[in-house]
Amino acid sequence: MTQMTFARAINSGLRKSLENDAKVILMGEDIGALGGVFRVTDGLQKDFGKHRVVDTPLAESGILGTAVGLAYRGYRPVVEIQFDGFIYPAFDQIVSQVAKMHYRTQGAVKMPITIRVPFGGGIGSPEHHSESPEAYFTHTSGLRVISVSNPQDAHTMIQQAIASDDPVLYFEPKRRYHDKGEVDEALDLGAALSMEKARVVTEGTDVTLVAYGPLVKTAKDAALAAADEGISIEVIDLRSLAPLDLATLAASVRKTGRLVITHEASQTGGIGAEVAAGMTERCFFHLEAAPVRVTGFDVPYPYSKLEMHHLPGLDRILDGVDRALGRPNSLSGLEG
Amino acid sequence: MFTDDAGKGGISAGGPGNSAESNRRSGGDLVQLITPGGERVSHPEFDPWVQDVTDEQLGSLYEDMVVIRRIDTEATALQRQGELALWPPLLGQEASQIGSARALRDDDFVFPSYRDNGVAYCRGVNPEDIVKAWRGNALAGWDPYTVNVATQQIIIGAQTLHATGYAMGIQNDGADSVAVAYFGDGATSEGDVNEALVFAASFQSPVVFFCQNNHWAISEPVRLQSHIQIADRAAGFGIPSMRVDGNDVLAVMAATRIATDRARHGGGPTFIEAVTYRMGPHTTADDPTKYRDANELEDWAAKDPIARLKSLLDRKGLLTDERGAAVAAKADAVAKALRAGTINMPDPRPMDIFQNVYSTPNSTLDRQQDHYSRYLASFGDPAEAASEEGAR
Repeated sequence: MTQMTFARAINSGLRKSLENDAKVILMGEDIGALGGVFRVTDGLQKDFGKHRVVDTPLAESGILGTAVGLAYRGYRPVVEIQFDGFIYPAFDQIVSQVAKMHYRTQGAVKMPITIRVPFGGGIGSPEHHSESPEAYFTHTSGLRVISVSNPQDAHTMIQQAIASDDPVLYFEPKRRYHDKGEVDEALDLGAALSMEKARVVTEGTDVTLVAYGPLVKTAKDAALAAADEGISIEVIDLRSLAPLDLATLAASVRKTGRLVITHEASQTGGIGAEVAAGMTERCFFHLEAAPVRVTGFDVPYPYSKLEMHHLPGLDRILDGVDRALGRPNSLSGLEG
Repeated sequence: MFTDDAGKGGISAGGPGNSAESNRRSGGDLVQLITPGGERVSHPEFDPWVQDVTDEQLGSLYEDMVVIRRIDTEATALQRQGELALWPPLLGQEASQIGSARALRDDDFVFPSYRDNGVAYCRGVNPEDIVKAWRGNALAGWDPYTVNVATQQIIIGAQTLHATGYAMGIQNDGADSVAVAYFGDGATSEGDVNEALVFAASFQSPVVFFCQNNHWAISEPVRLQSHIQIADRAAGFGIPSMRVDGNDVLAVMAATRIATDRARHGGGPTFIEAVTYRMGPHTTADDPTKYRDANELEDWAAKDPIARLKSLLDRKGLLTDERGAAVAAKADAVAKALRAGTINMPDPRPMDIFQNVYSTPNSTLDRQQDHYSRYLASFGDPAEAASEEGAR
């Protein structure tokens, strides 16, 4: 086990994938000599060469579209989208090409492309640098969407994503890049938890609190704070946003009877809606209260002086827990 | 590949003459080797690239063009009779597609658009497999790796990036094959085509951009897409270009050979504008009389690519009655097989809808598949229920 930052853990995972499979190619803007704007690919071009770690022209559709051609040729491209808000120019290539090529060709052509997306807010950035576009991609069949919340998962799941024959969007919470944690770099991928599985982070009995990516840490903090008031929260890290591991969630909801979901992305059509619907379908008679969502507002990501109001923090999450428990909360007395 | 200095100075040493440099001229010169009247005219730079084409091969190019026109008209008829949902005719573009496709090697990889059915035919795709997608029996009718042709792209211009990425892979593999992107004049307005040109130039990738300027993007004329000649755009990306008569099968073949030869020898990408004309509608769903002048069609009919080659063959005394009859018989046979294959094409099975969405199991989809399977089974005999469901 080694202590390392989140960013370093991804770097180490990328390195292992480059070492293990000559068909793995990293592509993106500034990922070579600079090592990426977050230094996640630091040192990789120096060690693996310009053939394997490719600085591309500044064109997101071009990066994804050429990755499609490389995958056609048998390569496993790992592309970096520099910031969440820059993924939109590549949207067509991702949803119309990457996602559908295997289906279109009846399985003849595989698209083992990993799309790394630093996402989410909380770092005081300008516009287009703090978005949470994950739900757009969970709506598209043919894609797998995962998000990592800690260095060990970041290290393991990047390798699982690259090894997957399906295209994977890998969302990295950029405000956690500098968080440190224990990483077992020797962990066998086969022995590690599948990237499709959710993980129970903290066991509890009163409320199931579901989070992913940057908010897993916040959710853990909320569970600790709630414990002081005698409330036992079970925190679940979704890890996979598409497909959702509904079995793990349902087991928890059947135990606690109450569900709170939190994410930074806007509420409408978000992952929280899908989790709430899925649990209502499966656990209706176990639920003691309606599922509660604590999310970003349905606004464009605001300027950074206001982002702390947009992002669900510990207190907003606890207010949501109070709603699920029927305790006094910010909406007490209101109907509908 | 992918290095900053890749491909510099990589002009072909293998081909006749040193045409690569001289091809960097203005795209305004329309290269022609056969006049609309069927006269073979000489061109010092292009002639050497087709001097090996024998009389027999010339006849074979004629046969290809007649056959694909027949496939095209048969498919159009099948659409009119309700056997295909839609069809994009290539009428008028036979020389562009045959001349370019016949210039390729088997190990070259083609990324076509939905209209490049003649190219697919040349690569060995069964005509039935070509119409399968238009009948609604599949999204794509063939395995790309068996014929080295990607599935036909419907998103305009997206495939130019795929070809460029594939070409980057060729470079990385140290191979000497070439990726070819087929697209139309309208596609040159798309961002993807421009990004593909940037990537191809930056990495000097072995890719040929083959633009069939057929003058119309559905109802929009080429002048709405480009204020200058399309071939001239390539210079802005640092890519050499050629502008050839797209209704002249020899000129197209020569240009494609020049471009692929350059790519094989490290000379990087080339842009070819084949100036041709779409004589029919964009697809069977539109009506060209609403947006274009009948005189225009008449002018282009006089430049018909098949009539032109026939005229040349006649001049040379190569198109005997016997040969003409053999070509017609082949076209008839191909059309007959296409018709029978289309009408008798088995319907896909309902549960196929769930196949190949992912390479590996997906719990959400598995659950939906299981539910739908149970639903179908609730009608009694699962196979019977499935076929009823499929017919709705």
